[in-house]
Amino acid sequence: MKVKELAEKLGLTVLTEGDLEKECTGCYSGDLLSWVMSRAKENDIWLTVMGNVNAVAVAVLTDCACIILTENSVLDKDAAIRAVRQGVTILQSEKNAYELSVLISELI
Amino acid sequence: MMDSIKLHYDVPGDDFTRAGAASGDVKRNLKTLGISPSVIRNVSIAMYEGEINMVIHAGGGVIDVEITENEIIMTLADKGPGIENIELAMREGYSTAPDNIRSLGFGAGMGLPNIKKYTDEFSIDTKVGEGTTLNLKVYIQ
Ligand SMILES: Nc1ncnc2c1ncn2[C@@H]1O[C@H](COP(=O)(O)OP(=O)(O)OP(=O)(O)O)[C@@H](O)[C@H]1O
Ligand SMILES: [Mg+2]
Repeated sequence: MKVKELAEKLGLTVLTEGDLEKECTGCYSGDLLSWVMSRAKENDIWLTVMGNVNAVAVAVLTDCACIILTENSVLDKDAAIRAVRQGVTILQSEKNAYELSVLISELI
Repeated sequence: MMDSIKLHYDVPGDDFTRAGAASGDVKRNLKTLGISPSVIRNVSIAMYEGEINMVIHAGGGVIDVEITENEIIMTLADKGPGIENIELAMREGYSTAPDNIRSLGFGAGMGLPNIKKYTDEFSIDTKVGEGTTLNLKVYIQ
């Protein structure tokens, strides 16, 4: 499923637009960046509460499909600028990581 | 034979907004050179962890990268406090990161173990009060 479709089906708010045509093939949840860095795979949907520039850097390096900020966690202004510049899609949801994971497992 | 490509980066201390810039740039360069995605991933992860460690623990430093036909050589040098007990620092979960740094998502104590895991050659030269140098190599299959 493409990022665009995912955002529509889950009713996510689009905070920054990267490549919305990118394919989502898996999902990873976590907030400790070194952990995510070594475990998240290319084209994963990454669920986190970390809306800072470092999270954007991790998204770039892991080539994940998009970030979903869970429980309406906020995106820093610096991070938003960086994400736009580096083409990282950041979405936001009021749901928590568990609720989103359950829904995502039915979609992908 | 291809000439080796040399890249140099100054990593400013305590500037989290720029941390990741060097590893991001190396990643772009490797992509342009058509290096395989798995090699790029290994290099990116190792370099990012090293870069962040320099910013968090050592007040910045310099990174030199050399890309040859067979391998990618990374040297990350800082003039920070040095590491007193390398064995302890290499342990998964060991971290001295303060709370304000942890709230940014760092401090899992996984950085150095990740660097070792994602490189083919790994060594640390460190002296307390003088600094730390990581020598890393990733082979290009
Ligand atoms: N360049 C360095 N200079 C001085 N001390 C360092 C340096 N790099 C690492 N250390 C020490 O080694 C410890 C372990 O480093 P490691 O990268 O594994 O974990 P961390 O940086 O604390 O957390 P994480 O990398 O998971 O965000 C650090 O907490 C720090 O005490
Ligand atoms: Mg670290």
